Amino acid sequence: MSGVMLAATSAPVPFPILTALVLVPVIGASIVSLMSTRMPEQVKLVATVVSVSTAAMSLWLLSSFDSHSGGFQFVSRHEWIETWGISWHLGVDGIALFMVVLTGILFPLVILGVDPHHDEKRYLAWLLMLEAGVMGSFLSLDLFLFFVFFEIVLVPMYFLIGGWGYDKRVYAATKFFLYTMLGSAFMLVGIVATAALASRDLGRFTFDLVEIAERSDLATSTGRWLFASFAVAFAVKVPLFPVHTWLPDAHTQAPTGGSVILAGVLLKLGTYGFLRFGLYLFPEASVWARPALLTLAVIGVLWGAIAATMQRDLKRLVAYSSVAHLGFIVLGTFAITSQALTGSVVQMVNHGVSTGALFLLVGMIYERRHTREIAELRGIQSVAPIFAAAFMVVMLSSIGVPGLNGFVGEFLVLIGSFETARWWTVVAATGVILAALYLLWAYQRVFHGPVDEANAGFGEMNLREGSLILVFIGIIVFTGLYPKPMLERIEPSVGRLVEHVESRTEFRAPAGGASHGGGG
Amino acid sequence: MADLLWLIPALPLAGFLVILVLGRRLGEPGAGVVATLATASSFLVVAATYFDLLGRPEEERNLVLRVFEWVPVGSLKVDMALAADPLSIAMALFVTGISSLIHLYAIGYMKGDPKFPKFFMYLNLFVFSMLMLVMGENLLVTFLGWEGVGACSYFLISFWHDRESAATAGKKAFVTNRVGDWGMMVAMFLAFSAVGTLSYGAINHAAEKGQIAAVTATGIALMLLVAACGKSAQLPLYLWLPDAMEGPTPVSALIHAATMVTSGVFLLTRMAPVLDAAHPWATDVIAVVGAATALFAATIAVAQTDIKKVLAYSTVSQLGFMFLAIGSGAYVAAVFHMITHAFFKALLFLGSGSVIHGMHHEQDMRRMGALRKVMPITGFTFIIGWLAIAGVPPFAGFWSKDEILLYAFANNRALWAVGMVTALLTAYYMTRQVVMVFFGEARWHDAAAAHGAHGDHSHEGEPHESPWVMTAPLVVLAALSVVGGGMQLPFSKSTHWLEHWLAPVVHGAEADIKGTWAYDNKWWLLVLAILVASAGIAASIAVYSRGRARPIEPTVLADGWRYDSLVSAVVGGPGRAAFQAVADADAGIVDGAVNGTGRVVLSLSGLVRRTQTGFVRGYAAIVGAGAVLVLAWFLLRGWT
Repeated sequence: MSGVMLAATSAPVPFPILTALVLVPVIGASIVSLMSTRMPEQVKLVATVVSVSTAAMSLWLLSSFDSHSGGFQFVSRHEWIETWGISWHLGVDGIALFMVVLTGILFPLVILGVDPHHDEKRYLAWLLMLEAGVMGSFLSLDLFLFFVFFEIVLVPMYFLIGGWGYDKRVYAATKFFLYTMLGSAFMLVGIVATAALASRDLGRFTFDLVEIAERSDLATSTGRWLFASFAVAFAVKVPLFPVHTWLPDAHTQAPTGGSVILAGVLLKLGTYGFLRFGLYLFPEASVWARPALLTLAVIGVLWGAIAATMQRDLKRLVAYSSVAHLGFIVLGTFAITSQALTGSVVQMVNHGVSTGALFLLVGMIYERRHTREIAELRGIQSVAPIFAAAFMVVMLSSIGVPGLNGFVGEFLVLIGSFETARWWTVVAATGVILAALYLLWAYQRVFHGPVDEANAGFGEMNLREGSLILVFIGIIVFTGLYPKPMLERIEPSVGRLVEHVESRTEFRAPAGGASHGGGG
Repeated sequence: MADLLWLIPALPLAGFLVILVLGRRLGEPGAGVVATLATASSFLVVAATYFDLLGRPEEERNLVLRVFEWVPVGSLKVDMALAADPLSIAMALFVTGISSLIHLYAIGYMKGDPKFPKFFMYLNLFVFSMLMLVMGENLLVTFLGWEGVGACSYFLISFWHDRESAATAGKKAFVTNRVGDWGMMVAMFLAFSAVGTLSYGAINHAAEKGQIAAVTATGIALMLLVAACGKSAQLPLYLWLPDAMEGPTPVSALIHAATMVTSGVFLLTRMAPVLDAAHPWATDVIAVVGAATALFAATIAVAQTDIKKVLAYSTVSQLGFMFLAIGSGAYVAAVFHMITHAFFKALLFLGSGSVIHGMHHEQDMRRMGALRKVMPITGFTFIIGWLAIAGVPPFAGFWSKDEILLYAFANNRALWAVGMVTALLTAYYMTRQVVMVFFGEARWHDAAAAHGAHGDHSHEGEPHESPWVMTAPLVVLAALSVVGGGMQLPFSKSTHWLEHWLAPVVHGAEADIKGTWAYDNKWWLLVLAILVASAGIAASIAVYSRGRARPIEPTVLADGWRYDSLVSAVVGGPGRAAFQAVADADAGIVDGAVNGTGRVVLSLSGLVRRTQTGFVRGYAAIVGAGAVLVLAWFLLRGWT
């Protein structure tokens, strides 16, 4: 198996597409920050061109990705700090692919769709820097490199919240920074220790993820403390109950664009981390920690949903719904079946799309009414039916109505998890009731009822907002009705991951009653 | 023909899309015409499919069209596939047929509504979803339709969304249904885990072959029951249906009487082999839920004054009969009653809509009376619907209800008795409604006078008959309510036409109960049923028409045994408080711990900061002390 993977890694790549995905935004950020503040149009143009070309590259990657292979593709590898075995090692498999595409698509939409209120130049520079960090994190196949990108992400996000956020932005930004920084501190120790311990098996010091995961003895033993140090960082990032409370503050106080990126891709660093640096790197420890993580995930599903129900601030409500949705993803991750893991990856993308769109819509409400208090909004459907309809579609996607994207991931997570984590799944599935409750109740209070004086002037969606949301709705409907292209690219990599875990532990994922034959 | 199956749901979907894009330009009645044509042409394709199946030998009456692979992951392979077999086509026939009639009716009923095109857009989306539900080849496609009809139901209940009550009713329907959806999802997980597929054919085949353990089958059956209780408004989840009457009346007729609410019964029938593979008590539970709901809702209907609420509770009660049938193993009877009920209940709802329309949005039966004179067609057809539901031969409802009671008797006599009492009450409350609305003295003069006193609409105060687009569907449905029973008559083996048609997929033939006392004495049971119905009608006429006795309408019944207010009190009181407690705990305890840690660190660092005095002598002292400690540690370690 490892032979196949190494063969894949050594395939020649004509154009270093993955390196470009990281470097183009970095270059863009540098150019933007060197430009004069007196040319806002040109600055915006540069940022747009950079983010759109990054999106184009990510889509090119999607189209030329070999859907039959579960290994890492487009691998780019250069020695960086040779003595410590650190290299610039990037690669993409079916799991990372969709994270990259999601990142690639969300950034230009945010840059084109939402304007900051001041100092556009610095805002755009930070945003592009953030994109580079996120891309790097999803593509890194070197522990040290991953850590560098993972930390780089914090800085732009801190400044975006602190600089362009709402009234309690400094508190929220500091909390976000300290909380995630604390988590990463554990991970740094874990990374160094992992490399040190793995060197005993490998005979040399290396931070190479593939090498350590495939060849070292860590996968079958002694990995528990190391896994724990990674898990703390990822649990904070996801965020998993009970380390989730930075999220409502950060989400609510961040500018709209920041919230979209935060929910859309930043949280996925945590869930992606659990897949890549949890299951893959420490299969034995992951299986050992399953009950605890499954339990926290399910608590998160219910806790987040219940807390969301009682929020008075619409944006905070959406933030808490993220806690619930991300709980499903972690449930699917540690259920370790092909369906559940595929569902987790799909749900990562879908949550990014649906919640991203919800944050955009809440941002549009704020632009019009200068409030996010549910109690101040009322009867908007009467004056802005198209706006209400757009909100409705996105909301139904978030609730997980079949035919829309949200259902595909949620359903796969649950049906897959039922095989190996039956009772957790049965409890988590009640989250679908709560999701309908908190969103529909909020919708009723904001959009239904007779319109009052304060909301009578609520403006209908304009062309720019409409086209922005239409892109999201397009993805929502397409993924809901025809997820196959996505599933068939994710599944081989997920299948490998399950095999990897099974080959190194006692854990066995049942094949979904397949012994009876698939039937027609 | 299999190649054309996709047309059946695609036509209403196309109607939806056309109205979505062009709705405003189509306007009124254009959008309504488009929607009606889309549904009617779908009906024609269904009819063609029916004849196609009819021309085939029984074992070949099963067409499957795989449109595309929907959710393929590993061993899970779910196709977007449609199946045409006797059951799905029987369902699709009455769904599209009745939908077409109700679409036509709604062109008249919704006249002048500012959101006229949107209404028909939702109706077409509903028909599409309902067709996916009944024609799905597997549980997941059915679930797509299942949730789709739920969403449309939500849109349409809260169609007049600036009314707070309508908005609340819509939300209540969706959330309550989600409880059922949870059951359906768990049922799917169990089925996949046991059989490895979600396809009906394979699951039922495995169940028939005994490849599903009884305990698993029981789990699936009970979870399907939870699902069905949500959608088909059974105890304890029926609460949303009476409130759903907030929607426009064509919606009540189509979604909340004829089609969507029968999905639960359909689902249980579709999965009948799994139900049969379960422990016997599982079907007993279904029968008990059905009988209890039937009686419970009928007692409530007796005391309602809103013309639509009577029909709503009546629907809950009749659905209870269908569950009783399923629980008694009478799957054919359940489908039979589902179809006849669709005829007469759609008729009654549309009739009530015609009355409401003619009375200018008056729904209180106490302000009606003698309407048969001013609304002759509505009155005449409503009376037919009444005879059908009350169980008067030879109208449709009599035959189907009687067949259910026959099986119930064979299965469990106590439940049969409950069914008989319900039948008595049904005849009683429906007669009450007919008398209050169409006979007796006209009480609407006062209402009209009151309107006149307010100085508005005085010229509109007189009730009037509805236009032909509304009365024509009434006439067609009335005709069906008269002859509908003919599809399954108890006279001989050969008159069980529906049973023969459904035989390849649905069992529950009369032969199952052969040898029981009920089978041998079925004619006596039939006579008894007629007597009971007559008694109900006579009693009601005595009370409401002749005034021989005072009506018994205690407020506890008018309030639905206060079950709704109890649930509301629990949800709004302790339930809400518990949710608030979680939200408070999140802010206070979980986040409080975080901020508390932050504060402790901050104050500790404040203490530590004092050591940073800037005086070299202080640092030197600390360095010195440290050096001593390190030295001491090494020395001590050396000794041991």
